[in-house]
Amino acid sequence: MASTSSTTGGFEYAPAPESRSIVDIKPSYGLFVDGDFVDGQGSSFKTINPATEETLAEVAEASEADVDLAVRAARRAFRGWSRMSGRERAKYLFRIARIIQERGRELAVLESIDNGKPIKESRDVDVPIVAAHFFYYAGWADKLEYAGLGANPRPLGVAGQVIPWNFPLLMLAWKVAPALACGNTVVLKPAETTPLTALLFAEICQQADLPPGVVNIVTGAGATGQAIVAHPDVDKVAFTGSTEVGKAIARTVAGSDKRVTLELGGKAANIVFDDAPIDQAVEGIVSGIFFNQGHVCCAGSRLLVQESVADEVLARLKRRMGTLRVGDPLDKNTDIGAINSSEQLARIRELSDVGEAEGAERWAPACDLPSSGFWFPPTVFTGVTQAHRIAREEVFGPVLSVLTFRTPAEAVEKANNTPYGLSAGVWTEKGSRILHMASQLRAGVVWANTFNKFDPASPFGGFKESGYGREGGRQGLAAYLQGGDL
Amino acid sequence: MPTTALAAYSEVTASEASLRRFLHGLPGVDQVGAEARAAGLGTRSIKTTAKAWALDLAIRMVDLTTLEGQDTPGKVRALASKALRPDPADPSCPSVAAVCVYGDLVGEVKAIVGSEVNVAAVATAFPSGRASMPVKLADTRDAVANGADEIDMVIDRGAFLAGHYLQVFEEIVATREACVRPDGSHAHLKVIFETGELQTYDNVRRASWLAMLAGADFIKTSTGKVQPAATLPVTLVMLEAVRDFREATGVQIGVKPAGGIRTAKDAIKYLVMVNEVAGDDWLDPDWFRFGASTLLNDLLMQRTKMTTGRYSGPDYFTLD
Repeated sequence: MASTSSTTGGFEYAPAPESRSIVDIKPSYGLFVDGDFVDGQGSSFKTINPATEETLAEVAEASEADVDLAVRAARRAFRGWSRMSGRERAKYLFRIARIIQERGRELAVLESIDNGKPIKESRDVDVPIVAAHFFYYAGWADKLEYAGLGANPRPLGVAGQVIPWNFPLLMLAWKVAPALACGNTVVLKPAETTPLTALLFAEICQQADLPPGVVNIVTGAGATGQAIVAHPDVDKVAFTGSTEVGKAIARTVAGSDKRVTLELGGKAANIVFDDAPIDQAVEGIVSGIFFNQGHVCCAGSRLLVQESVADEVLARLKRRMGTLRVGDPLDKNTDIGAINSSEQLARIRELSDVGEAEGAERWAPACDLPSSGFWFPPTVFTGVTQAHRIAREEVFGPVLSVLTFRTPAEAVEKANNTPYGLSAGVWTEKGSRILHMASQLRAGVVWANTFNKFDPASPFGGFKESGYGREGGRQGLAAYLQGGDL
Repeated sequence: MPTTALAAYSEVTASEASLRRFLHGLPGVDQVGAEARAAGLGTRSIKTTAKAWALDLAIRMVDLTTLEGQDTPGKVRALASKALRPDPADPSCPSVAAVCVYGDLVGEVKAIVGSEVNVAAVATAFPSGRASMPVKLADTRDAVANGADEIDMVIDRGAFLAGHYLQVFEEIVATREACVRPDGSHAHLKVIFETGELQTYDNVRRASWLAMLAGADFIKTSTGKVQPAATLPVTLVMLEAVRDFREATGVQIGVKPAGGIRTAKDAIKYLVMVNEVAGDDWLDPDWFRFGASTLLNDLLMQRTKMTTGRYSGPDYFTLD
């Protein structure tokens, strides 16, 4: 394991930290309501840098009354925003997309500081896809009649959106861009551990002259989210997060006329056949589970490898894991950053200990972890069976469970044998097998000879306990338009 | 040299059919994945001490090359002097690995560099490889007789693309025999694939294994006469091949990307790739080379910047 200082022999990569001076973090933040930052009526909470545990800022915790103000502002803004021509709305969205690109470095650095993800990912993955998402939906804003959802699709009204901490800005983009393109206004709550990029996005909305109230951002924890979801004047709820909270939301909105989309957990199978391009499959396994510290709902957390190549694949995987660099998220050479919170670290540790106790063999490369902050080494469990908890429960960390199979039918059976169904990966050089597997796997996304690739034009969403509704692409419009259920 | 592990592969090369079965049984290379991996390694940020270390290593790995019809004794002597002392202003600057010229000019280079820097000669009807076998072997023997330390041969791409793998294999074996000197030692054999003509990464992987089984000391991407020449993904596939070959046989083979590597920044990307794909053992001029000419001056310019903190103009570095 190459940590902050490489141990790979002569070629020691010197620290190459991205400067954080580009970001100006204020000591405290209020709520973004009706186009302005306002003080909350509730208490406040701290957001910290998970790599150092230093406090970054004090953030307002929105009370029920604050949420009510935000929803009222969104309702007032809805009148003008929904009647504005699609072409005009598109101008705002294009402008936001361009500002995101212009301020990309600032957003990337802030995301890495608040979330713990490596700068190479926030810089090369998160922020570019965020901008792409706004550009993509900006393009739809004046073409909604041609989306295949009926002749005159109409917006729903006020969308209440609650997003997770793993991709704070990207999940915001997935929620806000289509909602705005379709003429809805939004009240969005970022996760309590990662509110800062959403608040910077609020500044971007001001910079883009977005009409007040079209985007409202209220920070807080579960109670704030609950207040949004339960608010009687919210027409649409969009949530990304854990299956447990998703179920609670579904119960809350049951019996109301609120529309809901839920994007929840996953336990994706990454299936490697014996005729796979082995070196690229190993890369796909690595990016499938160690991308973003494994804090990815569609992570390839279950490796299903054909028994005839299992030893070879595992040997190569372990060698490759030895070159992963864990450490300072702002170092441009860091591959794996910090775990987002102590709570999440505790959960990863607990499930890993259970894996060991249940008899699976645990392996991680030798690894110097920083002394402060929340860290977990990239870890692989072999000898895992369907009966192990680490093969069934979402760990949401850099922990891979390896299972084997003998035939394609067995691979399908094991891959589908999970309460989740968000994503899957298939690795084979045989095109016909890819198509067959894709038709058999009950997962919203099936990647072939790649993994964790995202594009705004491609719909994303789950089967079973991974949720319902689709985000992205033309399908993503249906979640924010009336008559969109056709 | 063949070890017992390598001898186990003798069945593979016993017939055209078995060699084809073996080469086509190697795991495929997914183009998109290989290119993504190469691009990912290219984003490593090598600064300060790591950069200084890498620049010196890169200089020591350069095969300073001139392969033009207009090469004269004067031109190659100038290049040979540069190879010895790349930066006349700084005696701490290391020499390059070798000077690479056509076979008839080996003696001119040798007269300048002696045994301090190797002399490499291209042979076997470089760059096209289109000549009969006796001609190619005579070309090789001539260069060896002139004192070449290393021979850079080209494979017959026509034969390879026609699927005549055994013919390519036997040509490499024969060329290797032609590298043997009267005293029994042999000139190091680099085998050039001209990957720009083989085109697919699957072909690059097959050619790598074919050449390694035939006794190549080095596998090399390109002649520099065909575009594209060396690329990061092609070199990635070749580094994976030498890594896997050593694991299978215990025999270590060198890699030489050649052509198109012009900047220090590019060279460092290659070194990062060597480090993370093949490993530390290949970070040595004995096991990794750059076939280049203009690259050297950029390495020198960056090196001077590291030591003085300033960029000086191109006129502060010799043009040869």
